[in-house]
Amino acid sequence: MALADQDLKAAIAVTRFGLGAKPGEIAQARRDPQGFLKSQIRRQGADQPPGQPVSSAERMAEFRNYRRERREERIEKTADVRPAASGAANPAVADAAPSAPMKVEARDPVKLVGNMLRQDISSDFTARTQLAATTDAAFRERWALFWANHFTVSASKAITGTVVGPFEEEAIRPNVFGRFEDLLGAAESHPAMLTYLDQIQSIGPDSRAAMFQRRGGPRGVGGGLQPAVQRTVGLNENLAREIMELHTVGVNGGYSQADVTEFARAMTGLSIGGERDATFGVAVFREQAHEPGPRTVMGVRYDQDGRAQTNAILRDLAAKPQTARFVCTKIARHFVADDPPAALVARLEAAWRSSDGDLARVAEALVSAPEAWDPRPAKFKTPYEFVVSSYRAAGGQPSSFQQFGPILTALGQKPFSAPSPKGWPEDAQSWAAPDAIVKRMQFAQAFSAAAVRDRDPKALAADALGERLSPDTAKAIARAESRPEGFALLLMSPEFQRR
Amino acid sequence: MNAFNPSRRGVLATAAGFGLSLQLLAVPALAADGALNRKKVIVVICRGGLDGLSVAPPVGDGDYRGLRGGLAMTDALPLDGTFALHPQLTAVHALAKAGQARIVPAVATPDRARSHFEAQDVLESGAAGVYSTSSGWLNRAVETLSAHRKVDAISIGPTAPLLLRGKVQTASWSPGRGVDAEARLPTLLADLYRNDALLGPALARGLATETMAKDATAGLAAPAQPAMMGARGAGPAGQQQGREAARTLGQSLAGFMREPGGPTVAAISLDGFDSHANQAGLLNGRLAYLDAVLDGVHQGLGPDWKDTVVVVATEFGRTARVNGTAGTDHGTASTALVLGGALKPGGIVGDWPTLKQAALYENRDVAPTLDMRGLFKGVLAEHMGVDRAALDRAVFPESAAVKPVAGLV
Repeated sequence: MALADQDLKAAIAVTRFGLGAKPGEIAQARRDPQGFLKSQIRRQGADQPPGQPVSSAERMAEFRNYRRERREERIEKTADVRPAASGAANPAVADAAPSAPMKVEARDPVKLVGNMLRQDISSDFTARTQLAATTDAAFRERWALFWANHFTVSASKAITGTVVGPFEEEAIRPNVFGRFEDLLGAAESHPAMLTYLDQIQSIGPDSRAAMFQRRGGPRGVGGGLQPAVQRTVGLNENLAREIMELHTVGVNGGYSQADVTEFARAMTGLSIGGERDATFGVAVFREQAHEPGPRTVMGVRYDQDGRAQTNAILRDLAAKPQTARFVCTKIARHFVADDPPAALVARLEAAWRSSDGDLARVAEALVSAPEAWDPRPAKFKTPYEFVVSSYRAAGGQPSSFQQFGPILTALGQKPFSAPSPKGWPEDAQSWAAPDAIVKRMQFAQAFSAAAVRDRDPKALAADALGERLSPDTAKAIARAESRPEGFALLLMSPEFQRR
Repeated sequence: MNAFNPSRRGVLATAAGFGLSLQLLAVPALAADGALNRKKVIVVICRGGLDGLSVAPPVGDGDYRGLRGGLAMTDALPLDGTFALHPQLTAVHALAKAGQARIVPAVATPDRARSHFEAQDVLESGAAGVYSTSSGWLNRAVETLSAHRKVDAISIGPTAPLLLRGKVQTASWSPGRGVDAEARLPTLLADLYRNDALLGPALARGLATETMAKDATAGLAAPAQPAMMGARGAGPAGQQQGREAARTLGQSLAGFMREPGGPTVAAISLDGFDSHANQAGLLNGRLAYLDAVLDGVHQGLGPDWKDTVVVVATEFGRTARVNGTAGTDHGTASTALVLGGALKPGGIVGDWPTLKQAALYENRDVAPTLDMRGLFKGVLAEHMGVDRAALDRAVFPESAAVKPVAGLV
């Protein structure tokens, strides 16, 4: 391999497969760019964000308390003719709110707990971003972020919000270099997924739980709109559909509406402990809510009882060639190009199939594939990738959510709040709207002013992009009238905006 | 903000857009074309599969209560003998009473997969089926119109919806800090992007829009950043704040459209309508937000409302029956809304298939009686003056069989 080629490969390894170069990182990768990446693949999975982990169960308990307080507050308010909530702002409490511009009333327990929940979400996201900004194994982290997005759960749903972070830590990170089947099982049965895609209340229409509820008589039917009084009991097919459409075989994977409904029936019983139970916030299987009997999904009959039925269906979905095709295409699209080369997808699929979906083998195949090293930077960075790589280029990390959370929201990537179960888009067109480019520029300007200090932006640019730095950009940086301007030009350069 | 009288800059921009010299402005024959120039269309996409039976509940349909059970509404705002509007759609209801809003109660895209993402692609690309196009029908409509007159388009929000992506570089805007006109960086970047087909045009467009935004949003409060948990978790105060932000967003959009030389075509998309569980509460919040955006647009456009048509559409409707979790699952036909001062008063658009069991699509969903493309075509043809051949081929490929809905304006 020619030397120049080696330098270019080192830059690609760090900027495309990784999360952008920290000062000195490209030099580290230079001796063996592929080996640099392969050494980051490890059985025990991805790294965990810094700080003391909090379990999903603890977080769900917090949320339960919040909900109780709100309920009590509502009862009080109905008793009161005129609720006291006049919107009087208390600056002390407003300061305590990490990201909430909402003016909150002093000592209002609902508001205080609500703020605590928001703080949980922002501190989880900050820890995750600190890991991304500082890790020496950024390919490993990108690989984990890919899977977190594949199995999207989102704080757009209140009950799920505080467990998005724990979901990544508990279900995703430990499993990203194991077998896809295990990752799938962990993700689909996690409380975050069960709440996000409405599985927790899905009840078999012929289950014991449903019959019991029906004997209780139809309470409140026809009156008003309060969900609390609706006693409809039965299926919710949301999770079943999205597992097939988004997590495994894909929308053209060959399933029908009947398959979705059958799968939803099979999954009944998969839930979390009730609000009054010690198991609240923990995934449980409620035998009494499970729809009895065999199910047929995509032509296969499942005679198992209880939870074993769901497990068997998930196992079969994980093993389908459509799943290998669908997921490998997504991997190729994430790492290489919005419209990825067919040869690359084929290589990934081959690795997947020959290893029964061993994701470490698939990651190695990706790193080994010549198509993945095309020198053209085809991928436009998402807002999160842009912000993280900016911190890495500066050799720093965020110390508070306020430094980077609001800009992500302004750029359309609100922290932990993907707009739909499909997750964040991967394509340039989604992220390169005119307004977004202007806002990236504003971020780059403010960030550079704070981050560059007395360093030479030319050296920072060489460190950040290596052989991928274009002569045009290098010239513009050299001519900059100030250090911050030079660094902002680097961050906004066409090659830094891409990977 | 500019009121009735267009500024001189506006007159000049209009004239320039026509490629006419100033003397010709006095020629009366041009008045009609000038009117066409002022026509505005706004498309609102509600993502997640908005339940049509909640937007405009058919309270007079004999099967409605049986199918909807606990979700059947008793406090909806009456429209006619069959339909009412969701209680949160108060602004829409007032417009409907004034003959400036109509419902389209059984409309669907040609897609039947019940997948959000496939259906949204078809809704926005305007294709006959899932189509690997990266452009949207509204962008192609602008492209077609641009051959005849100056037409600009804008999307509101931080990301560009597929609906407005395509050959024509459109503007996009979301609330933010504004750009310092004296800063060097924009100029330096414009130079650095001169050979970048993605970033070059986007930056230029973004800067131009920011300049316009100073006038367009003058006097409006900056919308608050959404709280981390979203309006649904934020309690009544948060919801009120969400509604105010929504109204401001609508007014901002209107502000852009009233600027001299401003966009006459706009798209905005709202998330969060996927109501699998506890639908009543979820839609109360989301429809209040939608209503406030529409109200903001209406108020903000002022005298220009008479030249405007707004279409509100979603990727699919939901099951006619309630599911096991006080929600509904993915279905087929839904209800669209058409609003605007340019609208011709009338009843429902399209036919109502009823909710009789035999009439349901696959014994599950509201059956479609109207192709969504026909609705869009009707607006583009009658209101914006896009010709039929272009609609059938370029804007909505292979859609000659889908007739434009007639009599909307």
